[in-house]
Amino acid sequence: MNDSLKNKSLIKCSDVNVYYADQQALFNINLDIKEKEVTSLIGPSGCGKSTFLRCINRMNDVIDICKVEGSIKIDNQNIYDPEVDVVELRSRIGMVFQKPNPFPKSVYDNVAYGPKLHGRILHQSDLDSKVQESLERAGLWAEVKDRLQEPGTSLSGGQQQRLCIARAIAIDPSVILMDEPCSALDPIATAKIEELIDELKSKYTITIVTHSMQQAARVSQRTAFFHLGKLIEVGDTEKIFRSPEHEQTEAYVTGRYG
Amino acid sequence: MSNQNFQKRHRAEKRFKAYGLISLVVAASMLAVIIGSMAYKAIPAFNNYTLNLEIDMSNQSTNSTIEDINYRGLLRDSLFSLFPEIEDRSKKRKLSKLISSSSSYNLQDFIIENPSYINKKFYFNVLFTDDSDLFYKGYVDTSLPESERRIDDDEVLWLEYLYSLGRVKNKISSNLFLNGDSREPEVAGFFGATIGSLITIFVTLILSFPVGVFTAIYLENFAVKNRLTDFIEVNINNLAAVPSIIFGLLGLAVFINFFGMPRSVPLVGGLVLSLMTLPTIIITTRSALQSVPPSIREAALAMGASEMQVVFHHLLPAALPGIFTGTIIGLARAFGESAPLLLIGMVAFIVDIPGSISDPATALPVQIYIWADSPERAFVAKTSAATLILIGLLVIINLVAVILRKRYEVKW
Amino acid sequence: MIAASGLLSFKLGKRRARSQLENNEPLRSMPIYHGLYVSLWTILPPIFLLILFLIFKNNILDYLITPFISASTITMGLDEVIYVKNSLMNNISNLNNLIDSDFLSKEMAYSLYGKYSLGRLVIFGSLVILSIIFSFLTFKKLSVRFDARRRVESIFKFIFFLFSTMAVLTTVGIILSLIFETIRFFSHVGFFEFIFGTHWSPQTSIREDQVGSSGSFGAIPLFTGTLLITAVAMSIAAPLGLYSAIFLSQYAKPRTRDWLKPILEILAGIPTVVYGFFAALTVGPFVRSCGEYLGLTVATESALAAGAVMGVMIIPYVSSLSDDVMSAVPVSLRDGSLALGATKAETVKKVIFPAALPGIVSALLLAISRAIGETMIVVMAAGLAANLTANPLSAVTTVTVQIVTLLVGDQEFDSAKTLAAFALGLMLFAITLVLNIFAMIIVRRYRERYE
Repeated sequence: MNDSLKNKSLIKCSDVNVYYADQQALFNINLDIKEKEVTSLIGPSGCGKSTFLRCINRMNDVIDICKVEGSIKIDNQNIYDPEVDVVELRSRIGMVFQKPNPFPKSVYDNVAYGPKLHGRILHQSDLDSKVQESLERAGLWAEVKDRLQEPGTSLSGGQQQRLCIARAIAIDPSVILMDEPCSALDPIATAKIEELIDELKSKYTITIVTHSMQQAARVSQRTAFFHLGKLIEVGDTEKIFRSPEHEQTEAYVTGRYG
Repeated sequence: MSNQNFQKRHRAEKRFKAYGLISLVVAASMLAVIIGSMAYKAIPAFNNYTLNLEIDMSNQSTNSTIEDINYRGLLRDSLFSLFPEIEDRSKKRKLSKLISSSSSYNLQDFIIENPSYINKKFYFNVLFTDDSDLFYKGYVDTSLPESERRIDDDEVLWLEYLYSLGRVKNKISSNLFLNGDSREPEVAGFFGATIGSLITIFVTLILSFPVGVFTAIYLENFAVKNRLTDFIEVNINNLAAVPSIIFGLLGLAVFINFFGMPRSVPLVGGLVLSLMTLPTIIITTRSALQSVPPSIREAALAMGASEMQVVFHHLLPAALPGIFTGTIIGLARAFGESAPLLLIGMVAFIVDIPGSISDPATALPVQIYIWADSPERAFVAKTSAATLILIGLLVIINLVAVILRKRYEVKW
Repeated sequence: MIAASGLLSFKLGKRRARSQLENNEPLRSMPIYHGLYVSLWTILPPIFLLILFLIFKNNILDYLITPFISASTITMGLDEVIYVKNSLMNNISNLNNLIDSDFLSKEMAYSLYGKYSLGRLVIFGSLVILSIIFSFLTFKKLSVRFDARRRVESIFKFIFFLFSTMAVLTTVGIILSLIFETIRFFSHVGFFEFIFGTHWSPQTSIREDQVGSSGSFGAIPLFTGTLLITAVAMSIAAPLGLYSAIFLSQYAKPRTRDWLKPILEILAGIPTVVYGFFAALTVGPFVRSCGEYLGLTVATESALAAGAVMGVMIIPYVSSLSDDVMSAVPVSLRDGSLALGATKAETVKKVIFPAALPGIVSALLLAISRAIGETMIVVMAAGLAANLTANPLSAVTTVTVQIVTLLVGDQEFDSAKTLAAFALGLMLFAITLVLNIFAMIIVRRYRERYE
């Protein structure tokens, strides 16, 4: 990859407003997410960072009372365009949730679920290699290669979360969204996931919501700070943590509140 | 290729959703079909055609008592006087069978109540038989050959002639609502069965409510978790799913044959139904008790209340709406139940309206079964009407439950 | 009377406690508990005794009456003796009726009534004495330090416990009575003849001396008939119920669900006799005329008609529980699948349905159990003749239909005919018990997994 590409924006959000019934959750968010970097979204609880993340693959559609306004463009196409197919959209974007949520199926079937669904792989041998490749990339292959037929739920918490990452990778997404992927994990498992995120950014655009500022500082290149549904500040991670422009940001990153 | 794949999947998605919606619509429309067809078939049950006859009692001999008067003869004479041309005895007999055989009793009752009419001429309304009644209601197809209908050509002529005299009137049938059972469809009503049902349900309520509620309290708050209480729980859950007819067998074997209780009485019916209702009440009471947050219980215990006081001062009042709702639902089920009642003899033909828990009685659902089994065509309408009333009563009972829940439900 | 004595002893106990309170010594329990304690001990023993008497009332009456009958009528048949006994039993509390009755002379009537009155007095007296003794004993126990509250509560607890054994007693009653009668049945008819026999015609025993008067009791056709109708019912209820549940739990908006679900559940609330009437009156003839139109011979009381109506009835049994278990599948699984780009249908089929499968299986088992035990629909809309066939267009009979036909109407209790009904009942109970317990175990495992 050459460096000039690194700064190209993949996702462009302009004037995004989100409402839950009558209550507005996000106010005029304008944020660009750059390709093949890790962008972290930080802010106190209830500031709307998860809501924003779920707008990017339209998971908010699942919630009946949720309404999204504004435009989010991925590769210059507004994903809220009426003719956009949500299913197709999501097949290009992977998502990892707060709590590990492997399906009650075998490890193998968990990873093979996406590729089978989208009919992209026709031969069993291709599927096998796809599963192996995804698990390898998620750093799980060595641990589970002998237990592929065991239920995914039998793995440890950290392994489950890496399984979910492997599951997301298996559909060859361009973007991976992570919603506090380590909040349910112990420090060792967290360290592994963080390592993994660092490796993955060479191939995928990653957006991660996190509660831990240390984590944001460790894994991300850019950081966006949300407060009460507003995007307060966005910039290089180093800058946000060293010399933020806004007082609120400073107060938060230095741990004075939040 | 990829695009096609997505289109195919979206079509599958739409089909899948449509199957779900269709299933729901089919199920819901079956409800409408059942109630609609009952309502349609019940229409003829709600009115009766009556014949206005002139009764001439002016030359009654005064020495005969009221009971001895030949009321049948009076009615027949009056009817025959409208058809002076009929001489033939068998035709006369056929003619007299157009009006209900219950008419002479009605006339007798009328005279007993109003003795002043003796020695007078007056007009009196009598019921037609079920077949003549159905003819007036348009349910007899006169284009069929004579042998295939219940009203033959002579009778058609006579009935039409009576109508042309202006003596035939269409009245709302009070018999249906106020009478007990009868062999004559035009007289039969479901009042006796309804009262029987109410008495039975009352017995059920008295027995199953306290036992059910206290059992639930015991299991929820006092019972130590051990094999015995576990066994009791499994028993309760299983009893909730045991076919109702098994309870009928139990009632027959234990209450009637072993304890020698009489057959056909609401007491035994209520006993059987309360055993059947018990699991429902226990299960709903327990879930109502469970829905009271533990913090309330802990707060009361911390104040030094005993377990028993916690239950009666805090848990029970808070759970009461849920308990009532559950009880009502259980009783509604018992109200519509008929299979166990058949086995304990509440299927007898009973004309009298029951007055106590040990009077022979039948229940409304069983009455429907009895009538549905009767060959007379007019009973179809009666049965449908009784069905509507039964469903109506159940709807009211359930509405009460819903209102109770909505009104008094405590949200935690 | 018992209530009055209870109230009286309650007041006395309470007053005594109060008076001690006035002596400025702290009571351990509130006065009301002292009152309750005394009154419970005053009421409960006589109530217990009274219940015993009521249970054995008929046996006691029988014992009183029997000598009079054997004295007055020896020549009567067994039926008449029973009739006379019953009529005497019903009139025993009324002297005039006894004197008027045709079975007793005046002196005998007086003597019987005398014995009856004496018996009543003995019972009444023993109740009063028992009550007085217990109230006196407990009254003596009351004192300042007496922990009445705890005692009252343990009495209540014990009463509650007794109530909770009702369920067990019912089950025991069912099992014992069924087994007892079934054993008697097998003394008339061979066990294997019943279980493996393919011919069922219990109605032949009109005269004792008739050839083949015992009837034949091969239960196979009844069970195949039951299975056939259940299969028809499930083939309607399973798809409709499951798809309804899927729509309700996955597609319907909460508000739509709030009113659609109760509507569906009304189907389970309609009395079965209504379904039976509907099946016999409307569906049966409709199915037959449809069959005739297609050139098929269809019995009016076809298994198809009864099964179809039963299927409609059990839709909510399938849908309600399935809906619950599918709604209970964690949202995170659904979101995980959707986020991978699965459509809702794919998510349901590949993730939610397999995850909820145990619950759905138990819903189906419970529905089958309900269908097997359903009585009124088949009594009214299915046939009486036992045909061994798998053709849903012909008339078959079921276990429950036979139980009802064998037991409704006049019967003697000892004939193989009536006893057969109990044997069938036992089989029915056993089958549904197994289904219910399986369903319960599966659901319990399922709950443990997700809670």
